[in-house]
Amino acid sequence: MSVKVLLPNAFQKHTNNVREIASTAANLSELVTDIEGRFPALRQHLRGEDGQIRRFINFYVNEEDIRFLGNDKYSFKEGDEVLVIPSIAGGCA
Amino acid sequence: MTAAYDLCCRECGKSYGVQPLSICDECFSPLEVVFDLEYARTRFTRQAISLGPLNMWRYRALLPVSDTYEPETPAGFTPLMQAPRLGARIGARNLFLKNDAVCLPTLSFKDRVVAVALANAQAFGFDTVGCSSTGNLANAVAAGAARLGLKTFILVPSDLEPAKILNTQVYGATLVRIDGNYDHCNRLCSQIADRYNWGFVNVNLRPYYAEGSKTVGFEIAEQLGWRLPDNIACPMAGGSLITKIRKAFSELVALGLVEDKPVKFFGAQATGCSPISLAVKNDTDIIEPQRPNTIARSLAIGNPADGPYASRAIRASGGWAEDVSDVEIVSAIQELAETEGIFTETAGGVTTAVTARLYAHGRIHPDELTVACITGNGLKTTDCLHGAYKQTEAIRPRLSDFEAFVEEQNATNLELSPALSLAGDSHVR
Repeated sequence: MSVKVLLPNAFQKHTNNVREIASTAANLSELVTDIEGRFPALRQHLRGEDGQIRRFINFYVNEEDIRFLGNDKYSFKEGDEVLVIPSIAGGCA
Repeated sequence: MTAAYDLCCRECGKSYGVQPLSICDECFSPLEVVFDLEYARTRFTRQAISLGPLNMWRYRALLPVSDTYEPETPAGFTPLMQAPRLGARIGARNLFLKNDAVCLPTLSFKDRVVAVALANAQAFGFDTVGCSSTGNLANAVAAGAARLGLKTFILVPSDLEPAKILNTQVYGATLVRIDGNYDHCNRLCSQIADRYNWGFVNVNLRPYYAEGSKTVGFEIAEQLGWRLPDNIACPMAGGSLITKIRKAFSELVALGLVEDKPVKFFGAQATGCSPISLAVKNDTDIIEPQRPNTIARSLAIGNPADGPYASRAIRASGGWAEDVSDVEIVSAIQELAETEGIFTETAGGVTTAVTARLYAHGRIHPDELTVACITGNGLKTTDCLHGAYKQTEAIRPRLSDFEAFVEEQNATNLELSPALSLAGDSHVR
């Protein structure tokens, strides 16, 4: 079982310009571990001081926000396309 | 800082200078334009502003454009109007409306943000611009790009109101209808912006774009005679506007143009898409995404990017957020038109209905100076009023027929209750 994972431009500095990977991760948690294993430089940027994935980073599976699918509870299926996209906000005051 | 402004990450503080970028490559958080207020101190004065044009560019010293920029897209400086008749209905004695239903050129507050975004698109050398939009932004980008001779790709949900689609296509824009909601459009836009060297006003130009919203706050303060109101009531889609009005007030205070005073911020959403309102009610800045289901399509953003900041700003100010049903939204559109002569779109109905409820629930005191922000025009969402008014039979062009018509009208009016009740009116004490 393999899923296609598309990474945003914002990650490329830490992924040697790799934009797309194939992963055999079974779920979101395994996928994050897989990404961090391949790109160790990304790890410290991907997680906040609390060790959690930063809240501005969103994961989508086949056009659906993974939060609607149950986050970690969702089991990836063969052929799933996973998008990683940071939120684009105007900033705060 | 050597320039007038700089792009900075609000989370980790990394500085990026001035470039088309919206995400920090260190912590992947949003970037924001930060002004060197010391540099602005001599340029952003009441006198300098009074000598400026009667549009939003009078505040250009605190907008992210170069000193040599020649504005070609005048927008803003819309009326700030007292609302005594609406106030009487909802129990408000000091209510004002900031009327961006008549913001030029496309009749929504988005003309302000687009003016700043396209100025930057030109400065960065983009020949093609685009956006994802719930409608008003599409109209504003299409018109602004036409005026500046830029090519456009505009992504909208396929179920958008027909008037908003027409008001985009008429300017010659390339409209891409997406089989999905705004959040789908926005996500695709992020991917497109990663691939193509185009200026997307709400992606890679977003930090600049968002600054344009500050002009709503600058205008409110100037039109009140250089003072701040007690309360602001503001619709929320992505959540940016409310934070930028707050930023505008902070900058005015920092530069001494207005006296510092607490201002409470109140956010308005439709119940069918209320992720920020819910976060405020739950006293958190964590936004749980929703699948939008409301007639207020211009506010139908289920995963609002600025939601965490909006919730934080509202709660820090001591304000509140509310959400109202589609039925209340339509009633409020009618009530605002009948009482103040302002025909607003569904988002304005949301703001009006929420404002009424805030008074009804005692969250706003009747005597406090309150400004409700009306951000769009009702001519764009006439479908929500379909069937609301029955057409009378045509009469012959004779005085006798007219007299009979008036008699009939009087009889009908007697049968009706004295006044329609506004959304939330039943709660008024």
